Amino acid sequence: MCVCVCVCVCVLQCCRSAAVCLCSSARRGLSCNGWSGTIMAVEFEGGVVIGADSRTTTGAYIANRVTDKLTPIHERIFCCRSGSAADTQAIADAVTYQLGFHSIELDEAPLVQTAASLFREMCYRYREELMAGIIVAGWDPRRGGQVYTVPVGGMMTRQPVSVGGSGSSYIYGYVDSNYRAGMSKEECLKFTAEALTLAMERDGSSGGVVRLAVVSEQGVERQVILGNQLPKFSTV
Amino acid sequence: KCPLVVSRTFWGKNIKCVCFYRNALLEADINKLGFSSPAARKTGTTICGVVYKDGVVLGADTRATEGMVVADKNCSKIHYISPNIYCCGAGTAADTEMTTQIISSNLELHSLSTGRLPRVTTANRMLKQMLFRYQGYIGAALVLGGVDCNGPHLYSIYPHGSTDKLPYVTMGSGSLAAMAVFEDRYRPNMEEEEAKRLVRDAIAAGIFNDLGSGSNIDLCVITKGKVDYLRPHDMANKKGVRTGSYRYKHGTTGVLTKAVTPLNLEVVEESVQTMDTS
Repeated sequence: MCVCVCVCVCVLQCCRSAAVCLCSSARRGLSCNGWSGTIMAVEFEGGVVIGADSRTTTGAYIANRVTDKLTPIHERIFCCRSGSAADTQAIADAVTYQLGFHSIELDEAPLVQTAASLFREMCYRYREELMAGIIVAGWDPRRGGQVYTVPVGGMMTRQPVSVGGSGSSYIYGYVDSNYRAGMSKEECLKFTAEALTLAMERDGSSGGVVRLAVVSEQGVERQVILGNQLPKFSTV
Repeated sequence: KCPLVVSRTFWGKNIKCVCFYRNALLEADINKLGFSSPAARKTGTTICGVVYKDGVVLGADTRATEGMVVADKNCSKIHYISPNIYCCGAGTAADTEMTTQIISSNLELHSLSTGRLPRVTTANRMLKQMLFRYQGYIGAALVLGGVDCNGPHLYSIYPHGSTDKLPYVTMGSGSLAAMAVFEDRYRPNMEEEEAKRLVRDAIAAGIFNDLGSGSNIDLCVITKGKVDYLRPHDMANKKGVRTGSYRYKHGTTGVLTKAVTPLNLEVVEESVQTMDTS
């Protein structure tokens, strides 16, 4: 009897992991192997600068080469999505609804930390089922510009600068050596654009155009840097 | 021994994993015996859509395959969602059919409740939320297009529930061939004839370069207040006509003898039973 039960459980777990593997590999991600693209956010005095590439892949095919991974959650709060497209879109929609409801209850603009907590709550609770790496960034009157990172697994931490996605591995060195506290808005934009360009050059799952946005007290300014306008670095 | 119904609370709703594990085990058992389980009928398709000046043009081929055999030479892949919204479906034929019917029904109720013509973004949200709830087990890849109060819209919806809003999209096994045509010739704000030609050529590329797509090209042109469902728009693969005939003329075979034996039958019993048509 004991033996039978054990065997059943083992087989069940094998099937489950096989089913999950099939599911993950067939899943259309913002990447092929894990998670995709490159996203970045930087705090500066008075707001945040966020940026992302624009590639969504299904295996080796680029399903959307002009994706907008910078999703507005509220008027002055954005999230940068990396990982599975379906999961992150569903999470972002759910959090947008919850935050909108909360904001109406409070009758004032919600805090960026609240938005980040909502993301963390969802990403941690369903961590087994989800594949989502999210950076929440925005401006609120209480604490100014803030960047919170919620990677896969569901931890949440505030950082002055944060990178995510598969392309981020290639630019940790660049970001760590070039970031200085107290940069101006223009310096942050240049820093973000250059970091994303370097990641897009080296990572197959990242590419397309660079989408940037500045979120501050004045509102949101969005810009797109097309492929031929990207900053140039010396090539071998 | 294994639980048949595993109820997991995910996303606040229960998805009952009734058959997932059981099917996996059954599949393994069948494979051990040397057989393979029957394949679901897929549409192995080319579908695409394009936004032009006045609206949206959706296109699809008409072949439905069951493994390597063509199950239906002229199936309809452009499904009705609402008077101003249509949806092309690729993937498992049953899934696309039922999903679009369910959402069409819900959208009609919603439209009656709001008193307004439904919006494409509403249909998109309903479809993506349903497909996400089933975590990709419903194999429906859709191209949703329509015209509402905010203008023409086109969405591509993947089986796991992610969507993209774009000016031109292709889906299905022939999507790469069709996308190649679009990337070459798409321009914003095309005229209707140019858009129809472009979609027709994209589907033709899928039909002639992909084994899973074939037969005719269906088109659906949606503009504000008018829908042209052109089925078929182009019969790209007409069955050929035989040039010769193997029929033998009367008198080719000579008759040597002829014997006629009449069968004498008599009616034994006759009874009339009227059908109850009340």
